[in-house]
Amino acid sequence: MSPALTELVSTAHSPATDPHLHVWGWEIPVYLFLGGFTAGIMILSGWALWKGRRNLRPHTTFALASSGLFVLALAAISLGMLALFLDLGHKLYVWRLYLTMEPWSPMSWGSWILLLVYPVLAAGVLLDPPKALLRRVPALEPVVGWMEGRPVVRHAVGFASIATGVALGIYTGILLSALGARPLWSSALLGPLFLVSGLSTAAAFAHWASPEPDERVQLAWLDNLFLTIELGLIVLLLVGLLTSTEAHAEAARLLLGGPFTAVFWVGVVFLGILLPLVIQTLAVTHHIVHTPIAPILVMAGGLALRFVIVSAGQASHWPRLL
Amino acid sequence: MARLGMVIDTRRCVGCMDCVVACKTENQTPEGMNRDWITSATSGRFPELRQTIQSERCNHCDRPPCVTCCPTGASHVHDWGGIVLVTKEECIGCKACLASCPYDARYVHPEGYADKCTFCVHRVEKGQDPACVSVCPTRCMHFGDLDDPHSAVSLLLAARAHHAVLPEAGTRPRIFYLE
Amino acid sequence: MSAVSRRRFLKITGAGAGLAATSALGPLPRLRSLGQPAEKGLRAVPTFCDLCFWKCNAIATVRDGVLWKIEGNPEDPLSRGRLCPRGTGGVGAHFDADRLRAPLLRAAVRGEERWTEVTWDEALGHVAEKLQRIKAEHGPEAVALFSHGLGGNFLKHTLRAYGVVNVAAPSFAQCRGPRDVGFELTFGEGIGSPERTDIRNARCLVLIGSHLGENMHNTQVQEFAEAVGGGATVIVADPRFSVAASKAKHYLPVKPGSDLALLLAWMNVLVREGLYDREYVAAHGFGFEAFAAEVQPFTPEWAYPETGIEPGLIRETAREMARHRPATLVHPGRHTSWYGDDAQRSRAIALLNALLGSWGRKGGFYQPASMDVPGYPYPPYPTSARGKADNPGRLYPFASEAITTGLRAATITGQPYPIKGWFVYATNLIEALPNEAETIEAVRKLDLLVVVDVVPSEIAGWADVVLPESTYLERYDDLNVELFREPFVGLRQPVVASPHDQKPNWWIARELALKLGLAAYYPWKTIEEYLDFRLQKAGMSLADLRRKGVVRGAPPAVYFEDGVRPDFPTPSRKIEFYSVPLRDAGFDPVPKYKRPAAGPPGSFRLLFGRAPVHTFSRTQTNPVLHQAMPENELWVNADVAARAEIRSGDRVRLRNQDGVVSNTVRVKATQAIRPDCVYMVHGFGHTAKGLRRALGKGASDSRLVTRYETDPLMGGTGMNVNFVTLEREA
Repeated sequence: MSPALTELVSTAHSPATDPHLHVWGWEIPVYLFLGGFTAGIMILSGWALWKGRRNLRPHTTFALASSGLFVLALAAISLGMLALFLDLGHKLYVWRLYLTMEPWSPMSWGSWILLLVYPVLAAGVLLDPPKALLRRVPALEPVVGWMEGRPVVRHAVGFASIATGVALGIYTGILLSALGARPLWSSALLGPLFLVSGLSTAAAFAHWASPEPDERVQLAWLDNLFLTIELGLIVLLLVGLLTSTEAHAEAARLLLGGPFTAVFWVGVVFLGILLPLVIQTLAVTHHIVHTPIAPILVMAGGLALRFVIVSAGQASHWPRLL
Repeated sequence: MARLGMVIDTRRCVGCMDCVVACKTENQTPEGMNRDWITSATSGRFPELRQTIQSERCNHCDRPPCVTCCPTGASHVHDWGGIVLVTKEECIGCKACLASCPYDARYVHPEGYADKCTFCVHRVEKGQDPACVSVCPTRCMHFGDLDDPHSAVSLLLAARAHHAVLPEAGTRPRIFYLE
Repeated sequence: MSAVSRRRFLKITGAGAGLAATSALGPLPRLRSLGQPAEKGLRAVPTFCDLCFWKCNAIATVRDGVLWKIEGNPEDPLSRGRLCPRGTGGVGAHFDADRLRAPLLRAAVRGEERWTEVTWDEALGHVAEKLQRIKAEHGPEAVALFSHGLGGNFLKHTLRAYGVVNVAAPSFAQCRGPRDVGFELTFGEGIGSPERTDIRNARCLVLIGSHLGENMHNTQVQEFAEAVGGGATVIVADPRFSVAASKAKHYLPVKPGSDLALLLAWMNVLVREGLYDREYVAAHGFGFEAFAAEVQPFTPEWAYPETGIEPGLIRETAREMARHRPATLVHPGRHTSWYGDDAQRSRAIALLNALLGSWGRKGGFYQPASMDVPGYPYPPYPTSARGKADNPGRLYPFASEAITTGLRAATITGQPYPIKGWFVYATNLIEALPNEAETIEAVRKLDLLVVVDVVPSEIAGWADVVLPESTYLERYDDLNVELFREPFVGLRQPVVASPHDQKPNWWIARELALKLGLAAYYPWKTIEEYLDFRLQKAGMSLADLRRKGVVRGAPPAVYFEDGVRPDFPTPSRKIEFYSVPLRDAGFDPVPKYKRPAAGPPGSFRLLFGRAPVHTFSRTQTNPVLHQAMPENELWVNADVAARAEIRSGDRVRLRNQDGVVSNTVRVKATQAIRPDCVYMVHGFGHTAKGLRRALGKGASDSRLVTRYETDPLMGGTGMNVNFVTLEREA
């Protein structure tokens, strides 16, 4: 057996991978956040539609299943896609994504899922459209009318919204976990983690923005549930990495003593999950009033989670023995 | 079905970087970006030391994760030889392939597409060796069909102990280093 | 070859930004003469390389009119079709954005690097006028030529015709001189370049500090790999665990400066245990008994405290060498100017080889041959009564070539007579000669300093006149009639046009000669005429060489066992185990060891060496080679670094024993070097402003070489005698 490796040096590869991979900057974490948020909105509103919910106050912005929330989701996912587009190196060729379906490429799935998101969100808007929209585009009137008379349409849109939302929320995690060369991402829990985190940011926002007191309390309980599950998934993720190969354990150590420790435990876990969890629990048990502080922390924490996972993941790699 | 690969004799390699320079001039690679590089691994305590020098590049793996993850099919396996290539007109520059490669073999060309070693397919087509293999002054590099039991590369692998880089990553690399 | 039109650039004065360069550090645009159609397709042109002094024959390929790549000529006995990384990166020399572009006249104080661009006519006229003035006032001996490489041949011719007697190359006193003298004193002949070492057939190869593989003389490395691949035993003695050491069966981490003690101990063992080649020594040796008596006290036990190598290992390696003789080659090295006792150390290497019987034998040293290509018939050069100035009174009695540092000293002191003009071709004297301060002092005494170079090197920065030469890819040159295992003639011819107003050395030399009224020495009008004339006399033709690049002669017998007559041009006509000439001159007839002076406590001895992608200080702006190695690193022992809380990648400055401080340099903390020394690759830390790509990158070892030990036998300058401390850069 050869003695322990003491020095391993390499001449230059390229700026993208020296000293370690860093090809994805702010654009990808921002997209992941906005995508997760949109997915959460789609699932929560979709569930409301599925349950047959109608708005008590028509056209109320930002209540669950309201057209306002669906429009916000449209804006969010569009911003997210803009960020994705900005990240591309060969922008003029982006249309190549839509000439093929690569069954083994989660990024290919994603490009088609994102396409599908738009008509689903549009259908959601049309279920309860703002008057201003109908005035501008009178051609929509018959469509809206057709939809309104059929409860099965509400159910279908709700179902589609949930399904597309789940796909949107989970595929990005699979995309990263499929990149086996970066051990930090190498966990099947990454998809569910991103999904639950997206749900928690959406629930946090809806809790904050909803005009209906009952709904707000409901959303606070839901958000606490999502935050708790998210915390559990983070712990399981780390346990899974630490008990896997040395490469995975070393990757986990980036967050447990390594350079990403502070921002992860303070930014993502404490400020992004634990503190809002406490605040919101106190609020729903009527010890304090509902404040926007917790939702803001949850959303910031969701963004921070994406930043840490993307950056630390690029810093993780298989250790060389030879 | 031909599977082209390389066998490199670390006993003879001196790490002179001729392979790196030849690749650069042959393929006119962009400034600061290299399709191949030299790694040097030293172990022990002075003066009981051992050093292994290796010329490395894309391993044109049998199971290339860079091909699997590509959303447009730009990253693909060539018709013959198992050479992994990128069709730059189909590449959107998403960089998933860079992230998927355990060897950090790819780079982003200044024009925006992903790029890497091509095994000098333009030379191999004409019956020549890749530029790095042709230039090596210590003649430590060999290129050929790993599926042909009588090729130089197959005979060397049969005769001498060898290893690949990061075999545990599971990509089945096709470049082997003789010990 | 297309003529580049003479452009009159703007006169640039003041604002010392340097040259009239505007382009970014990228490849130069392809320049086409007006009226020439655009070239399409591939064109292959054979030539020989100029990135170092090996002169491998190469084939350059042009694609659609643009220089594409350079590969080895398969017919070349030196490269056997494969160039080294510098040769492969030779295209970068053509595309180097920092190249000199036009003749320059100094516009301010010497050394400030401020220039006026002028025409060739003006520049050469100025040079000729100054040369004539120096001749009138001081005589032509007052002009010295420092020249390195075959490209200096025509300039040598012009200046000899003018009356120059002082012609020197730094390769003697600063590099291989000690080795050649040590071997001359023993075998009657030097080693030469390419070295007459039969590495590929050696069964045991001993390297004393020689770092083949990092030192990239092509044939040597190719043969080294062949020997290693063939299972030859390698023994390396080096304070640093080099690449060559990593291929060795035995690595001896000798204390720097103690190599001679190790060599003496090896010889002691071979003699004592009767392991030397008795027949060979009896047949060819002179003074063996006296020699045996002299090495008697130098036992491995005696050598142990000096070298740090255990007696058991010394004995084991000596026996290993004997086991494989006569195919045991103790490599003579190349750059051997280390401690000031270098000629005697090299003589010890020669003696060790003699004991093993390797000189003239397969696997040892072969007898090289060359083709018979007569020179051009010129009128005789003027003679001089004064003689040379580099070695007055034969102070260094065994110097077989001119001593560069001797000429420098003569320039400073004016003894034996004043030197008022320096002509410098292709050697960066500021980096090549030890103690930069003396070189600058000498330059300040000159009436004229002319530098012919390809890039604006440090020495060009001090010149009065800078003449830009075309790179080897853009010019014809003198024939390479090589002395090698297989004789051949190589041709250099233009592949592409010079991008600016650069000219080939033959043109510069000829134009200067005409301005000096020496037309009689240039009966040929074009270089083609000159080349064809010489080749025809040898039964070849220029047309033939232009097509093939290299023509080989019949390989002769090279070993004694194949019929080469053992002939040793020494006074005794035998191998001199005991040297009477040395004794008579007051030196040790058999080498003796003296421990080199230690450095101040807490300091490290500064050692330097080569990288395979660079040549001295001349390639750092080559865009291709720069990418391969943009800066050098300082090798520091890992334990030393840990104690000093320095890590790899940290930047430090070096301060030497005279208080000279270096540029910042990256640290490489490594197990692969002794704790008492540090090491870096030579040629970095450039200060010349025109070398923009290389400016300030890495540190300069030569700047820290302020002390040197002069070899009393031949005037070589031992430069491994400087000590440094490290200063952390915040």
